[in-house]
Amino acid sequence: MNNEVTLLKGNEAIAYAAIRCGADAFFGYPITPQSEIIETLSLLKPWETTGMVVVQAESEVASINMVYGGAGAGKRVFTTSSSPGVALMQEGISFMAGSEIPGVIVNVQRGGPGLGTIQPSQSDYFQATRGGGNGDYNVIVLAPNSVQEMADFMDLAFTLAFRYRNPAMILSDGVIGQMMEKVVLPEQKPRRTEEQIRKECPWATIGRTKDRQPNILTSLELKPEIMEARNIHLQEKYATIREKEVRYETINCEDADYLIVAFGSAARISEKSMEIARGKGEKVGLFRPITLWPFPERQLAEIAKGKKGILVAEINAGQMVEDVRLAINGAVPVEHFGRLGGIVPDPQEIVEALETKMMRK
Amino acid sequence: MTENDIISPENLVYKKPELMNDTPMHYCPGCSHGVVHKLIAEIIEEMGMEEKTVGVSPVGCAVFAYRYLDIDWQEAAHGRAPALATAIKRLWPDRLVFTYQGDGDLACIGTAETIHALNRGEHIAIIFINNAIYGMTGGQMAPTTLIGQKTSTCPYGRDPELHGYPLNITEIASTLRGTCYVSRQSVDTVGSILKAKKAIRKAFEASMKGLGSSLVEIVSTCNSGWKLSPAEANEWMREKMFKEYVKGDLKDTTNLK
Ligand SMILES: Cc1ncc(C[n+]2csc(CCOP(=O)(O)OP(=O)(O)O)c2C)c(N)n1
Ligand code: SF4
Repeated sequence: MNNEVTLLKGNEAIAYAAIRCGADAFFGYPITPQSEIIETLSLLKPWETTGMVVVQAESEVASINMVYGGAGAGKRVFTTSSSPGVALMQEGISFMAGSEIPGVIVNVQRGGPGLGTIQPSQSDYFQATRGGGNGDYNVIVLAPNSVQEMADFMDLAFTLAFRYRNPAMILSDGVIGQMMEKVVLPEQKPRRTEEQIRKECPWATIGRTKDRQPNILTSLELKPEIMEARNIHLQEKYATIREKEVRYETINCEDADYLIVAFGSAARISEKSMEIARGKGEKVGLFRPITLWPFPERQLAEIAKGKKGILVAEINAGQMVEDVRLAINGAVPVEHFGRLGGIVPDPQEIVEALETKMMRK
Repeated sequence: MTENDIISPENLVYKKPELMNDTPMHYCPGCSHGVVHKLIAEIIEEMGMEEKTVGVSPVGCAVFAYRYLDIDWQEAAHGRAPALATAIKRLWPDRLVFTYQGDGDLACIGTAETIHALNRGEHIAIIFINNAIYGMTGGQMAPTTLIGQKTSTCPYGRDPELHGYPLNITEIASTLRGTCYVSRQSVDTVGSILKAKKAIRKAFEASMKGLGSSLVEIVSTCNSGWKLSPAEANEWMREKMFKEYVKGDLKDTTNLK
């Protein structure tokens, strides 16, 4: 077991972890606050060690389509960007979902709309969890709350993407990307061999051998009956993912009167808010969705039973709160607290929101 | 002479390439696409690359190219084929990777992906079908539409004041340091078909030898879009298109035959 502790930025952890989990290629375009990822990769020169390919693409449109091409050829391929760049990738992500191509996208979010700000935000929640491009589809979304989880989720994202032949996203933000923490990097795994790829990805386009039909990766179908059947197949796949891949964390939820529901950096801040509130004698717990899609709706509804109220703390104008309300379905009062424009709330503000919005103090 | 004599090997003068299946093509009679498909299939077989080729099809009339050639295919979003091909080739360097794209796909919505893949010198071959119109969507103006040519979105003829000028992207490609072979051909006569085949073969070989990127433009007919009979379309192409899009090799640093 590797248990060597290093001090890294979240962005750097992504780069190191990707190499170590046997990624075959990175394609990306620089944008703040995540340019350290491509810079770190370029400095580490993994093409000389593991053989991993690193290409600075001409745009995020090209990056995601390179992910399409490489992952469609059975390889572990990823791209990283921040909000405006991820907006540009939506066409490619939709095509990947339609053609059932597994690839990983990391979004280190910044505030919008438009060019917005280079400061952190969580305002791409809707875009990430609702599909984001055209058509009925979903992307598996993981929300890390630490540098350690940035490193750990890289391999997990690839595993989930290939298990379901679906794009998977790590939805991080400028706080997690830029902060430095202690991290234990994953063990170095070898990249998969051609033989392994042929076995694991019989659908991959790597040259048609005589023993099989041509592999064709396309999202197009003009016959509505066939296209409907394909869509139903996708929906069934999403139902399986909903059933099997929900991930979340609970802290102090059992005896709590009030719950804070928060993800990523907001959850990290809310841990402190919870401690402050507990210090004042208020029984507050934290529920942290780790998969934003699939959202832990049944689990949250179960834990929320009998609570006096739920505060959803986000760094946006109120996005995940909609999923919380759908899950709770009116059983418990749900309020939202958020800061906008790149302002990161401090723990005290969330305590005050709990007091004024929930406890009516 | 019996039927058996006719099909005996020594009497065989022409055979459809094995890679081409029997799926009826959706192309209009007289369209150039089908001929170019056949050439590609022949070349892959002649190079012995049947099991090692990945094609990338465009959005445009050739979107269904994957139905006709029994190789592995990826279908790209409109204009993005060179980005897909970049990754496939970088990750599987011993495979033959080519894109097949129309003028709208390659020279309009995908201009950036095309130029940058060529300029990076990716070891891929791009087959570019220039028919001066958007065939698939019903005959709108393309970046390569000629001045004065009528289409459904320039029904009074392309006017540079209103619509800008035809884009000679193959000339641009020939100035990029990443390209090793850039050629413009057509498939309207037996002679031109043979030349086009030679050009595509050179592009494929250059990509396998890692010499750089190649682009082969095929000046093509879209008789449906042009609203001409197949024979008239060939005439119109020779008379008008060959003036703007002059045939021949624009660049060749490959030293290949
Ligand atoms: C993003 C996007 N925009 C527009 C279209 C519609 N569209 C499909 S094919 C095409 C043009 C095709 O023309 P060309 O590339 O010249 O190929 P041809 O059909 O002439 O062979 C357009 C505009 C699309 N499919 N996707
Ligand atoms: S519309 Fe034009 S390009 Fe399309 S198949 Fe018909 S002739 Fe060919």
